[in-house]
Amino acid sequence: MMTLEMLNLSIAMPEMFLLALACTVLVVDVYLKDSQRNVTYMLSQLGLIITLILISQQTPQNNEWTRELAFNGLFVNDLLATVLKYAVVLLVAIVFVYSRRYLQDRNIFKGEFYVLGLFGLLGMMVMISANHFLSMYLGLELLSLSLYAMVAFDRENPNAAEAAMKYFVLGAIASGMLLYGMSMVYGMTGSLNIVEVAVALDQMEGDNIVLIFGLVFMVIGISFKLGAVPFHMWIPDVYHGSPTTVTSYIATAPKVAGFAMVIRLLAESMGSFQADWQGMMIILAVLSMAVGNVIAIAQTNLKRLLAYSTISHVGFIMLGLLAGNQEGYSAAMFYTLTYTLMSLGGFGIIILLTRKGFEADNINDLKGLNQRSPWFAFIMLIVVFSMAGVPPTVGFWAKLAVLKAVVNIDMLWLALVAVFFSIIGIFYYLRIIKLMYFDDAEDKSEINCTRDMQIALSANGLSVLMLGLYPAALMSICIAAFS
Amino acid sequence: MFADWPLLSLVVWLPIIGGAAVLLSGDKGGSEGARRLALIISVATFVLSLGLYTNFDSSTPVMQFQERFEWIGDFSIFYHLGVDGLSMPLIVLTTFTTIIVVLAGWEVIQKRASQYLAAFLIMEGLMVGVFSALDSMLFYVFWEAMLIPMFIIIGVWGGPNRVYATIKFFIYTFFGSVFMLVAMIYMYYQSGSFAILDMHAMKLDMTEQTLIFFAFLAAFAVKVPMWPVHTWLPDAHVEAPTGGSVILAAVMLKIGGYGFIRFTLPITPDASASLDWLIIGLSLIAVVYIGFVALVQSDMKKLVAYSSIAHMGFVTLGLFVVFRIWGNPANGDITGAALAVEGAMVQMISHGFISGAMFLMIGVLYDRMHSREIADYGGVVNTMPVFAAFAVFFAMSNAGLPGTSGFVGEFMVILAAFKASFWIAFLAATTLILGAAYTLWMVKRVFYGEIKNDNVKALQDLNQRELFIMSILAVAVLALGLYPAPLVDVMHASVDNLLHHIAQSKLP
Repeated sequence: MMTLEMLNLSIAMPEMFLLALACTVLVVDVYLKDSQRNVTYMLSQLGLIITLILISQQTPQNNEWTRELAFNGLFVNDLLATVLKYAVVLLVAIVFVYSRRYLQDRNIFKGEFYVLGLFGLLGMMVMISANHFLSMYLGLELLSLSLYAMVAFDRENPNAAEAAMKYFVLGAIASGMLLYGMSMVYGMTGSLNIVEVAVALDQMEGDNIVLIFGLVFMVIGISFKLGAVPFHMWIPDVYHGSPTTVTSYIATAPKVAGFAMVIRLLAESMGSFQADWQGMMIILAVLSMAVGNVIAIAQTNLKRLLAYSTISHVGFIMLGLLAGNQEGYSAAMFYTLTYTLMSLGGFGIIILLTRKGFEADNINDLKGLNQRSPWFAFIMLIVVFSMAGVPPTVGFWAKLAVLKAVVNIDMLWLALVAVFFSIIGIFYYLRIIKLMYFDDAEDKSEINCTRDMQIALSANGLSVLMLGLYPAALMSICIAAFS
Repeated sequence: MFADWPLLSLVVWLPIIGGAAVLLSGDKGGSEGARRLALIISVATFVLSLGLYTNFDSSTPVMQFQERFEWIGDFSIFYHLGVDGLSMPLIVLTTFTTIIVVLAGWEVIQKRASQYLAAFLIMEGLMVGVFSALDSMLFYVFWEAMLIPMFIIIGVWGGPNRVYATIKFFIYTFFGSVFMLVAMIYMYYQSGSFAILDMHAMKLDMTEQTLIFFAFLAAFAVKVPMWPVHTWLPDAHVEAPTGGSVILAAVMLKIGGYGFIRFTLPITPDASASLDWLIIGLSLIAVVYIGFVALVQSDMKKLVAYSSIAHMGFVTLGLFVVFRIWGNPANGDITGAALAVEGAMVQMISHGFISGAMFLMIGVLYDRMHSREIADYGGVVNTMPVFAAFAVFFAMSNAGLPGTSGFVGEFMVILAAFKASFWIAFLAATTLILGAAYTLWMVKRVFYGEIKNDNVKALQDLNQRELFIMSILAVAVLALGLYPAPLVDVMHASVDNLLHHIAQSKLP
């Protein structure tokens, strides 16, 4: 007998509110004139703030976190989910702040951007809270479909259309792989519920070739979504082709959701096969760090460069994940959260430099930024050194946490490989600094941007520095999320 | 008066926060305000660091002025500062040198002066942090963060080939340090703590020690720099602005030597003992071969850069020759070895003053003539007699003339080396000839002879600011040369403790 109480709807309040918000925005936007688009923007931002408040209401009394289930075990809420949801909502809200002027300049300041962004966010939150293969898939597809549309959102732009096409085809293949892998696991365990699958796998004995196949397909699907080598081909094209605001959306919050997907699918449900997926992840991680860092050196387009840099960072996140213990997962979580923050800052600077009819996505467009705006050059300096992993920025602690986890599982060689590739990586990061500080500006035009963007971007950059000076609080949250 | 103050934190953070203030003061409407502010901050920091000297208890080797707070509890990383007799003199050297650098750039640096001064002040704080950190992660954070301002200094205010030089500098040092980071993480799991003093007490077998030794060697050898990883230094020196060269030679190279003292020797004594031939060999190559390389340089800055490498060879030689002294059955006590380590320390401090002075001299000439080529000069003594007097004095001390500080350190190391082996001492002593040859030959070609050309004829002698800088450096060099006791006394207890520590095997 099914009752409403059994659904335990209250723990999914933020998601339900967000769904209502997205629908409201969709409807309200239809009745607005083009000159009133700011209402859509304000409504979306207000809704995101309320979503944040609703997430904070999920905190249990006296901070005793338990896994609370809803929708008959399809949906879970725990500390991990709450922290990651905070992160994705905040990231999307900041992306919205960054994107307003950019969209206005290009006459694509339309309600669809916000509606799709909100639906994508809903998809991410469902992924983060998924306790079932189906709800995971549902969230993933909601996110992916929103992203495909967002990439193609600037209809006049042929690059964007090409990117959207590639993204859609490759993304659909990846989703298919993931689903195929899930079906194999379902066939062997008889369940799609993550906890039940884990229990069933624990009791299984001996090698099971079907399960290993299922695992391989799932890992491939996940690698596609995260962008690990050799499943990374879509990343540079999509980052490059999309409008920069969409790129900044794709490069940030979905990575957090992707991290949640790995944790829910591999760590929580396939935990007893850790030895198997660890081997695969070692290969993926090493290749990602190698390819990402080496190819980034040859890039002249800033968005492509950041795309390859993302690939190398995904390699680092995988290093933490493959450690397969609390230390590794929390290190990977810390890495993911802080990396998205840096990535957001990096794309924020690119958006800052754009003007009507000018994209600022060539690395030479950064030339002499220190002369044009010492403050934002400094913000970019922090972000870039953080990506390179140089203290006192937070990127160093993220790398330290991951390396520490890898050394602790007696994979010293892997740590050495990782630092070796980060030495290669430092070169292209230094080149960005060189352009900003050592070269003279070719383009001396004033940087004009709205006050809200200035504040958000400054806070974004400074938080990278502040978290570097005092990483302890975030670190202990990440550790608590896995205890 | 400083007794209850958190003196070390003040010396670390005052310049960093002051640097941020200088940065904010900006260059709009002249940089005079930024310059004054920077000078006040650097002098205040120096005065505070003197408090470290006056309140220092030189009878004990324990860490003093300790401050310890939890920083990252989950990783057991602490904000832990403290100094002993080995690090305190280097801190005073750092704060002293920064004043010189601020003064040296007073009129010369017109482009974005506030950023220039801020970079130096921030770097000062970070370097003091390196010398006072007692937690290896804190050490690493300061050590790496220091690269950022130096990278900017060379890259923005450097010479024509500055981008190549500064990227080479950054990648070389970064390459060395990441392996040290992995070694530190490994040691964390062995000793259960990131505290340097806990790492000193930890047992390690020979394979572990050897690997850790090489990881540290990668970091410190690049920084010192030792042959064959020295090639970034001449490039960096040539391209760096005068102030950058001074800090680089006077302080940053010392951080490599300090690393050997603080990490390599106490943590891996057995590996150091069995691989001492490697370091001694590399040091002697630096002394002899690099000495010859210096001889043929046509660029003054390059010449002094190579001479720095040769002089730093004495530091590494002094630190590792102790194992040979113990190995020689004729002595077998610790006093002979103490002479070597103290010699290395004195050499570091003295080289800080002398190399700083040498680069300043070249800066004085460069500001007037915009050339560092020896061939462009000749007969400078006729137009700049006061300057020439200082130049000859610093050149003599660079060559190790008795009575100057350059003599003391080298003499102590050579004397100690004699107890180890005649041949090591013999090869090391060639520096007295080589050093004299390349330095004095440069002085002869630049300062003496006929006035070479009209540019030299038009030279103006030192202004008051330059005269002041040169004078205090000359006083420092002379004082340390004639009466090194205050410096040696301070480090005596710590050196003894270090030697007793490394005399014991750490094999499990």
